[in-house]
Amino acid sequence: MSPSAAAIEVIDVRREFRTGGGLFAQARAVRAVDGVSFSLPAGQVLGVVGESGCGKSTLARIILGLLPASGGEVRVDGRSLQGMDRRERARLIQPVFQDPFSSLNPRRTVEEIVSLPLAAQGGVPRAQMRDRVMEMLARVGLSAEMAARQPAQLSGGQRQRVAIARALVLRPRIVVCDEPTSALDVSVQAQILNLLAELRRELGLTYLFISHNLAVVEHIASEVAVMYLGRIVEQAETDALFRDPRHPYTRALLASVLTPEPGHGIPDVGLGESYPDPANIPPGCRFHPRCPVAEARCRTEPPDGLVRDGRLVECLLA
Amino acid sequence: MTPVLEVENLRVDFSGRTAAVRGVSLQVQRGETHCLVGESGCGKSVSALAVMGLLARGAVREADVLRFQDTDLTRLNERGMARLRGDKMAMIFQEPMTSLNPAYTIGSQMAEVFERHRGAGRRAALDRAAELLGRVGITAPGLRLGQFPHQLSGGLRQRVMIAMALMCDPELLIADEPTTALDVTVQAQILRLLQALQRELGLSLLLITHDLGIVARMADRVSVMYAGEVVESATAEALFAAPTHPYTRGLLACIPVPGTVRRDQPLGSIPGTVPRIAPGFSGCGFRDRCTHARPACAETIALRGAAPGHLYRCVLPADWT
Repeated sequence: MSPSAAAIEVIDVRREFRTGGGLFAQARAVRAVDGVSFSLPAGQVLGVVGESGCGKSTLARIILGLLPASGGEVRVDGRSLQGMDRRERARLIQPVFQDPFSSLNPRRTVEEIVSLPLAAQGGVPRAQMRDRVMEMLARVGLSAEMAARQPAQLSGGQRQRVAIARALVLRPRIVVCDEPTSALDVSVQAQILNLLAELRRELGLTYLFISHNLAVVEHIASEVAVMYLGRIVEQAETDALFRDPRHPYTRALLASVLTPEPGHGIPDVGLGESYPDPANIPPGCRFHPRCPVAEARCRTEPPDGLVRDGRLVECLLA
Repeated sequence: MTPVLEVENLRVDFSGRTAAVRGVSLQVQRGETHCLVGESGCGKSVSALAVMGLLARGAVREADVLRFQDTDLTRLNERGMARLRGDKMAMIFQEPMTSLNPAYTIGSQMAEVFERHRGAGRRAALDRAAELLGRVGITAPGLRLGQFPHQLSGGLRQRVMIAMALMCDPELLIADEPTTALDVTVQAQILRLLQALQRELGLSLLLITHDLGIVARMADRVSVMYAGEVVESATAEALFAAPTHPYTRGLLACIPVPGTVRRDQPLGSIPGTVPRIAPGFSGCGFRDRCTHARPACAETIALRGAAPGHLYRCVLPADWT
């Protein structure tokens, strides 16, 4: 395999949920992920941004194998994850979640938590397991005496370090970070972002980095995908996307970022009062009800898969 | 000019175990936005709840001065506070879903405020509610009045909360992280709305946030809190142009700013984590994380002037590097 080949490929992944269908309500189909495709070379970081309900966390759970897809395929190093043995999948791809308070077992020590992935693989001698755990703890900036502590005795930042150590102890190819710093204070968020960047360089990791915080994504991602109502509506190399956003939704998102510059006021993002509802995806362009520049054809003609200047921009007008 | 809200040396202890607020002083002038900024556990929300008389049981509040307009809040009993709350001083919170009653319509919850404080009839109260829903940018207010909270999106719910807070024409609005639970595009809409209302109504706003971007764009004056104390206080311009306390400078270095990103360079960060402060603690709460700490930091540190109207609480000179 050549070094530039994709570490991860996501091909037309879909996920539908059925809701309601009780005595009073008619069953509704929610298309949470509605045909997402991308591929990411090894060592790169793809930032996935979008607002609540855009499907970014559902996508993460499908890629991690925590939720079956209704359609499509995920491949790591060219091998399909579908039907793959759980232990084998765990060696390829690992998660870091938003809330280290709920993703760590409160009754286990740090050492037990970080060694669990190794123990589940089987065949690793006890002494060697301990060495690998201690090495990983040191790598994420936790001292040896932390190994005997339980999550409740740690701060939020330390817990997230434990979650990162657990994710990396098997040396996976891909790490899916789902809002890894959203529950942390800004001073601690910076520590964790720096750590993730350093580990990626040292261990040659590939990240899928999901966040609602554009400034954080700009800092860590090499490429950015913007999701809206279940689809990637724009994807580009990070600098290009931030310098020259093409999709009106991307523009609105970027305009909404409040940089710490006094006197700049609050921007008018011009999106109106309606909010996106994944149970009721509009025909044509799914963004047209909120779009400040929509034309008549945007209501009927779906822009799916449009490419402009070699970059995905699902907009008829871009 | 007398400030709308004047707080001097406010202290709050929780069951004698945590000193949550350790001598906070601040003033909110008429028509201005005063931002109280800090990380979780710094005491910013507790300070606001203490002003509103909404502290949980077991909390002990003391203050040298706690005055709203001409009213000495330290002398008011619970009934007196209840008369002020929702009338001349109102508060909105981060998560509107937990502040709204899921079992009542928007209309009846909004009307109740007006009936209670103004003795108005239901018809007049509903008219007032519809007028305010229109004012906060909600189309078809008549329809919304008959709906229940769960039928509205998060952004609409927060608009409803703002409209409800405005029912009795308050002088002071305290907003505790009003947009933290919202998406960024909706956040911008809600903040614009608050700014417009403030201008139209001459409202004084005490805005509590952890987000320095919001502070920069909204605040006239800023108080930065750390470990229960105000460590720096200045106009927004002065604070961002010349941050003086080591914590303020550290915090500003931590935020990634779009357009200035160097991906090969680490972000600034502050080592360690926010401490828990026990009663009897003295000195600077930031000293364990501060690279400039010295023995004098363990003693009580007074606020000093960095410039006119710009105060900071640190032993370092204002122009330290």
